[in-house]
Amino acid sequence: MAKDNKAKRPEGLLDRRSLLRGSLLAAGVAGAGLGTARADENIGAGAPGWMKTPGRPFSSYGVPAKWEEKVVRSFTVAPGRAGTGASRTPLHLLEGTITPSGLHFERHHNGVPDIDPGQHELMIHGLVKRPLAFSVEALKRYPMESHIYFLECSGNGGAYNQPQPPQQTVGGTNGLLSCSEWTGVRLRTLLDEAQPASDAKWVVAEGADAAAMMRSVPIEKCIGDAMVALYQNGEALRPEQGYPMRLLLPGFEGNMSVKWLRRLQLVQEPVNARDETSHYTELMPDGKARQYMFLQAVKSIILKPSFGMNMKGPGLYEVSGLAWSGAGRVAKVEVSSDSGHSWRIAPLVEPVLPKALTRFRLPWEWDGRPAILMSRATDETGDVQPTRAQWMSQFAPGQSYHFNGIACWSVASDGTVKNVYV
Amino acid sequence: MSTFRSAFFAAAALCLNVAVLAQGPNLGRPLTAEEIEKIDITIAPDGSGLPAGSGSVSSGAAVYKQKCQGCHGAEGAGKPMEQLTGGIGTLASGKPVKTPVSYWPSATTLFDYVRRAMPFNSPESLSNDEVYALTAYLLSIDSIVDKDAVLDAKSLPKVKMPNRDGFVRWWPRLH
Repeated sequence: MAKDNKAKRPEGLLDRRSLLRGSLLAAGVAGAGLGTARADENIGAGAPGWMKTPGRPFSSYGVPAKWEEKVVRSFTVAPGRAGTGASRTPLHLLEGTITPSGLHFERHHNGVPDIDPGQHELMIHGLVKRPLAFSVEALKRYPMESHIYFLECSGNGGAYNQPQPPQQTVGGTNGLLSCSEWTGVRLRTLLDEAQPASDAKWVVAEGADAAAMMRSVPIEKCIGDAMVALYQNGEALRPEQGYPMRLLLPGFEGNMSVKWLRRLQLVQEPVNARDETSHYTELMPDGKARQYMFLQAVKSIILKPSFGMNMKGPGLYEVSGLAWSGAGRVAKVEVSSDSGHSWRIAPLVEPVLPKALTRFRLPWEWDGRPAILMSRATDETGDVQPTRAQWMSQFAPGQSYHFNGIACWSVASDGTVKNVYV
Repeated sequence: MSTFRSAFFAAAALCLNVAVLAQGPNLGRPLTAEEIEKIDITIAPDGSGLPAGSGSVSSGAAVYKQKCQGCHGAEGAGKPMEQLTGGIGTLASGKPVKTPVSYWPSATTLFDYVRRAMPFNSPESLSNDEVYALTAYLLSIDSIVDKDAVLDAKSLPKVKMPNRDGFVRWWPRLH
């Protein structure tokens, strides 16, 4: 991919401010037509039906409009294992940065347990002076924090390891990514109460699901920004997200934010749990594998346009997408419409929060000629999103965890948008 | 004066931050040793946590046929679910086959995972003897243990997995 080439103008990518000035002028002209009186007295004649009859009554818990029935999670069901696997967030059909709780991606190892919060406790033991159990009721009396964090499965985008680009929506390829406001207790507060021994270096976190899913977490994370989350987007966690409580490790691979959290065992060394050996390790070409690679590195993807969202003729469009980094804030997103020959910086939508999804938007005057769109994010640590080829070169064939390569969309002259490798 | 005031408030704010972070209402209920024994099912690579009991390859073969083969195929060959055996020596071949025996570094992981999560439709239903036996049987298929092996808390952690030195630890790392 060529670096910035000032001689060549980014194809149709516009400065947002010049576009705003233009649109104000247009609005002024259109406004001249206001104030024209209507002749007919019964304004109902031309009104839609829903303006001429009382609407529906209150409901105890609101649901999306019936016209939005296609905005749902996607998943496949294995016979006899309906609750195992993953469902994906339809990112390409959503806006902003917060994922509705009911559309948050799911990854379960043996279904969603139906936990009675009155019978559930979080137990902290192992290398601690005071082994303790916390009821849900007790935890609700602890000082709470709220933070907006993304969660991303380590396998998100794994289909990009295939020789042919996956012709799927962004929800299909990258929908193991969601972002919520999480509220709960800082884990450090609970660990302090249990008084860890000085040789406690790792914490084994275990869920109360039928797989008793467990992971080893470094103590540095547990006394850092780790939370025991009880609420998501203002309400109690959904069962699929770990009701009544989950571990929340900002910026780390989603599997470690153990749901239905029931046990934290402080130990000296990680335990080689099945999900940190069989899964979520990175095999390299020499046959060695990287283990305990926790960080979800800097990444971005254009959602509008993207596969399945074809362009409707030349004209002005907004290129929009999401960027994120497990290491902190997104510092910069660049967008190219000419296959990476030239780049323009895309404005980031405030607030730009650490370890949260960040939205970028950039106007694009599409002239109807074939184009290749791509986005490249840089985080505040200076880490730059690699190309797919750069990412692939590190690993053995078939490796699919922690993919953060640049995604490219080709736009054909008829407006068809496809996933391409460049 | 104003310097003193700002220094004072800065110090007060610092204390407050520390207090907010660290101070809970101390509502943790002390756990008894008996309670901990019941809930602690973690097995470490050094074998700590392994329970009493033992199991042989031959008894494991019988349990496997009855409770595992339907999902994992004859002798762990896989299908419809994960392949459990074979693949040894393939990791650097360009066509890696990752199975518990070819890839996992510790034999203890097999015991830990089978005991907590299998069989899929009735997890945590196997006796400790059955889990030792299944572990012995699965490891015997690729001759990691002998056909007459009996595994227990002493012998299991001594089993040398083919890929025991195959992992490079990424954490801790300065980013």
